[in-house]
Amino acid sequence: MTGAAALALLSHWRRQPGQLLTLILGLALATGLWSAVQAINAEARANYAEAAQQIGAAGNRVLTAPEGTIAQDSYIRLRRAGWLVTPVIEGRVRLNGQTVTLMGVDFLNTPTPPATGDADDVAALTPAQILTAPGVLLARPATAARIRGGADLPPVVETASVPPGVVLTGIGTAERLLDRVGAFDRLLLLDPQPAGLPPLAELVPGLTVSQPDAAAETARLTDSFHLNLTAFGLLSFAVGLFIVHGTAGLAFEQRRALARTLRALGLPTRRLVLLVLAELLVLALIGGTLGLALGYVTAAALLPDVAATLRGLYGAPVDGGLTLRPVWFASGLAMALGGAGLAGAQGLWQVARLPILQAPGMLTRFTASARGARRMALAGLALVGLGLLCLVLLDGLVAGFALLAGLLLGAALLLPMLLNLVLATLSRRARGPVAEWVWADLRGQLPGLSLALMALLLALATNVGVGTMVSSFRLTFTGWLDQRLMSELYLSARDDAQGAELAQWLQPRVDAVLPIRFAETRLGGAPGRIYGVVDHSTYRDHWPLIAAEPEAWDRVAAGNAALVNEQLARRDGLWPGRTVQLAPGWVLPVAGVYSDYGNPSGQAITALPALLERFPNVPNQRFGLRVAPARATALAAELRAAFDLPAAALVEQAAVKAESLAIFEKTFVVTAALNILTLGVAGFAILTSLLTLWTMRLPQLAPAWALGLTRARLARLELLRSLALAGITALLALPLGLMLAWVLLAVINVEAFGWRLPMFVFPLDWLRLGALALLAGALAAALPARRLRRLPPSDLLKVFANER
Amino acid sequence: MSGERGARAWRSRSGSGTVLVLLLSLLWQGAWAQGYAGLGTGAEGFALPRPGVALDFPRDHGPHPDYRIEWWYLTATLQGADGRDYGVQWTLFRSALAPGAAEGWHSPQIWMGHAAVTSADRHRFAERIARGGIGQAGVTAQPFAAFIDDWQMSATGDGISDLRLTARGAEFAYDLQLSAEGPLVKHGDAGYSVKSRDGHASYYYSQPAYAVQGTLSLPEGPVAVTGQGWLDREWSSQPLSADQSGWDWFSLAFDSGARMMAFRLRDSRGDFTAATWIAADGSARALPDGAFRAEPLVWTEVAGRRVPTRWRLHLPAEGLEAELAALNPQSWMGTSFAYWEGPVTVTGSHAGRGYLEMTGYE
Repeated sequence: MTGAAALALLSHWRRQPGQLLTLILGLALATGLWSAVQAINAEARANYAEAAQQIGAAGNRVLTAPEGTIAQDSYIRLRRAGWLVTPVIEGRVRLNGQTVTLMGVDFLNTPTPPATGDADDVAALTPAQILTAPGVLLARPATAARIRGGADLPPVVETASVPPGVVLTGIGTAERLLDRVGAFDRLLLLDPQPAGLPPLAELVPGLTVSQPDAAAETARLTDSFHLNLTAFGLLSFAVGLFIVHGTAGLAFEQRRALARTLRALGLPTRRLVLLVLAELLVLALIGGTLGLALGYVTAAALLPDVAATLRGLYGAPVDGGLTLRPVWFASGLAMALGGAGLAGAQGLWQVARLPILQAPGMLTRFTASARGARRMALAGLALVGLGLLCLVLLDGLVAGFALLAGLLLGAALLLPMLLNLVLATLSRRARGPVAEWVWADLRGQLPGLSLALMALLLALATNVGVGTMVSSFRLTFTGWLDQRLMSELYLSARDDAQGAELAQWLQPRVDAVLPIRFAETRLGGAPGRIYGVVDHSTYRDHWPLIAAEPEAWDRVAAGNAALVNEQLARRDGLWPGRTVQLAPGWVLPVAGVYSDYGNPSGQAITALPALLERFPNVPNQRFGLRVAPARATALAAELRAAFDLPAAALVEQAAVKAESLAIFEKTFVVTAALNILTLGVAGFAILTSLLTLWTMRLPQLAPAWALGLTRARLARLELLRSLALAGITALLALPLGLMLAWVLLAVINVEAFGWRLPMFVFPLDWLRLGALALLAGALAAALPARRLRRLPPSDLLKVFANER
Repeated sequence: MSGERGARAWRSRSGSGTVLVLLLSLLWQGAWAQGYAGLGTGAEGFALPRPGVALDFPRDHGPHPDYRIEWWYLTATLQGADGRDYGVQWTLFRSALAPGAAEGWHSPQIWMGHAAVTSADRHRFAERIARGGIGQAGVTAQPFAAFIDDWQMSATGDGISDLRLTARGAEFAYDLQLSAEGPLVKHGDAGYSVKSRDGHASYYYSQPAYAVQGTLSLPEGPVAVTGQGWLDREWSSQPLSADQSGWDWFSLAFDSGARMMAFRLRDSRGDFTAATWIAADGSARALPDGAFRAEPLVWTEVAGRRVPTRWRLHLPAEGLEAELAALNPQSWMGTSFAYWEGPVTVTGSHAGRGYLEMTGYE
């Protein structure tokens, strides 16, 4: 009996292969997008953790200097007092034209020396090669390939035990390549320390001990990015589930008669439910596995761009390679099973409570009443309210996303009610029986379509919101770049001596030489930079200030005030009127705040002489050159000829802009890809919903046909209805999308990146999106309409004869 | 035991098969025994000891950067106010990756300090490694001072006759005053000490007679100690031949006032031995290969290998027939370059105390 019942249930799929495909595809899409995002996040996080471990930052307390670097004398003083410390020198440096993080350690005392793997070249090195000049550069194969062959570089040796993008070497070699001798970035405190040592505060009063967690530091910076991806993944998952829900519901609905027959033949309800559950499980496993494969491929395709973004924007050590993790596989499958269960719950419930004798009601599944819609609308309002409440009560990124979630879900739940209102209005204004019937019928159809329309609403709103954010950001960013990159040429000297020489040579030949000098230090307890600038109209006229006191530049030029970047201002509340501590004993009033995109850390600007007073050793190697734009290229050639400068030492403004924009585009490549995928999934959801409704539509269409409407006309009306629904949903999605954009720009961005962006609207994009929505609606209705056109009249007649 | 724990912690921290372990073992083994894989056989560019060169003090108390390997090796047998016997080791090794000194982080001179406090039931040790050229470790001849981190052996008087000795580990520290009670002793041919029949040799002299007093700081509390100390100074570029697998080294002070330095270099072609007999008045006599013999009597399992911890010693030329036993058979130095080093007692024709060092037991 059980076997026969199972066969009978499964025979449905043989008759409806399209439905089977839709169900599995829906599950695969939902699982795929979600697991792709998870794979990317997991890969990035694993990279951070490994990097932290590899650079020995895991677990070791560190000593740092508020002024930036630690003199070798301090290191020796600590060592000679018995403290077991080991120095680390670190900096960004161009090797063979590639910018990498160079890290110098004392190989004799580093707590985590690079481990040797089987295929490593490190094992073949002799102590003399590693420990004496010129030393060796250790890097991952990918990094090694980028820097190998550079002139005047020590041998590059490949090892897997160095983080991506990092080049590890001895202190001596790092000192030479970074051009910084006897000045360390930090001292790691080794474990265990001997007992009875003199206190650190007496030995090195200027240094502070902290327990850094490089992984946590990176995670803090990149959290927002990952949260963004997760939110997108979840959205895709939800949209995918709409598809599954629609199809699974349809399959249950169509097998209602079969189920009743099986029950009548004596199959216990319990067994029937178990059979249906088993079927759902198998389908979920198939769909989930497919989805995981899809997710893996998607993640592998997106990861290089994500990695590039993370490296470019945050300096986070991320590889482009993807590792298959069992946890990822298990969680993806669990999501698929859970999702299928969620989507199929309603069907299962109905099977379990199936009355044997009750005649099938018309559209039983879709008899959601107006009361239901009102209840949903109320829940929607509550969700929106809850989201707003979260924004007030919580802070940080979580609040932003809670607001987003509340807004989106709430709006989705409000949608049926709103559509109902719109349609009621339209039907009241309709003239003629056909028009009235069309609108009334559409209202009747609404409950069955509302889930698909919610999916469309979410997808459209997300599209509008994210599109607006990205475009606003791009517009702001390019404008800001134009303001900020004012110098026609950017010049890097080999060392301070050459820097001075260059500046002198340039003085009579250009309008202005603007030194770009900064101290790497800590601002408000986090890494930051203090720039020292000379007094020049370039800054006064162009530097983009978003808040300023009168005579801000005069005061800065006199060294009596500082400007801080927006990130620092928002993070520590340092707006004009407050003061900022730049170093111990150096506190300046904040005269203004400037926007500073594409940089996650804090910055301050003050007069160069004031900076040099505190940090006499800040490098003097980079300059912005003001010169008539037409002269720039010629000057560059003269400079190269006179000073034998490498190509990378001189960059024209346009090149800097192009590079900055490239980083920007990369940042949003993934966002755009997910955006389009979500919209695709939503379109698919409408299609499946309309197909689901199709068979149940016949009993409603047959009377209209009997009253004289041709099948062709009915088909056209079907198409029209679908277009109308898509159009109305798109119109409703627009304000929601704009709200979403505002939240992204004014709440999420501020929390995630530390800057607030002005919002620009792009009506052309909306038109494009509206057209897309209509297209999705038309495509979704095309198939059922075509079927209706070709339906043999006998089938319509059968409705009157056979309707059970 | 604490030392072993420390070593384990160190190993677990750096993982197995790390570069550092490899690097350091290569460095030190290579320095001691030429012929280890990866380092070639010659001492290219390094100076080689020659016979007939007079040692010159105080200059030769200082480092000889043109030689590959050198050490300042002090051991002391001590009695505590608590009635217990102790042994103390303080060693500074210098190993050159290339001849010559240089300033800064590319100096080829690498320094390694080992310190230990041994009692009958505990052996605590610590290690320090530092590069030369940056002021973290080094030796000056005049005034004499040898240091690595906060460990030091520095003169409080002329030459090396009066020294202050300090070191500190995670679970021990000591601060000792040393005062020489006899002349410097030059081993072999006026300080030219032959180490193999192939002519490998080192420069080697000692101050074998320090009176020691001071304090050990142990987890149980401070212990006042007195006793005798022995300083070995040795430098070379190729002290061992390729066939020699390790050595057994003895420095003994007898109750009679006489002292003896003796070593046995284990060689697949037959052991090579040498000894210096130091009379109570400080006059020394070098004894040739074969004059001294040592037989292991009892083997003990130490750090996963078997090491002889009880010996029979023969030096017929001085009428010595004695048995030697380790105070603590587990005196294992689980440092980057691992070896056995600990205090011993001697009984038989001559009674006394001293130190034993054994390397190359796998």
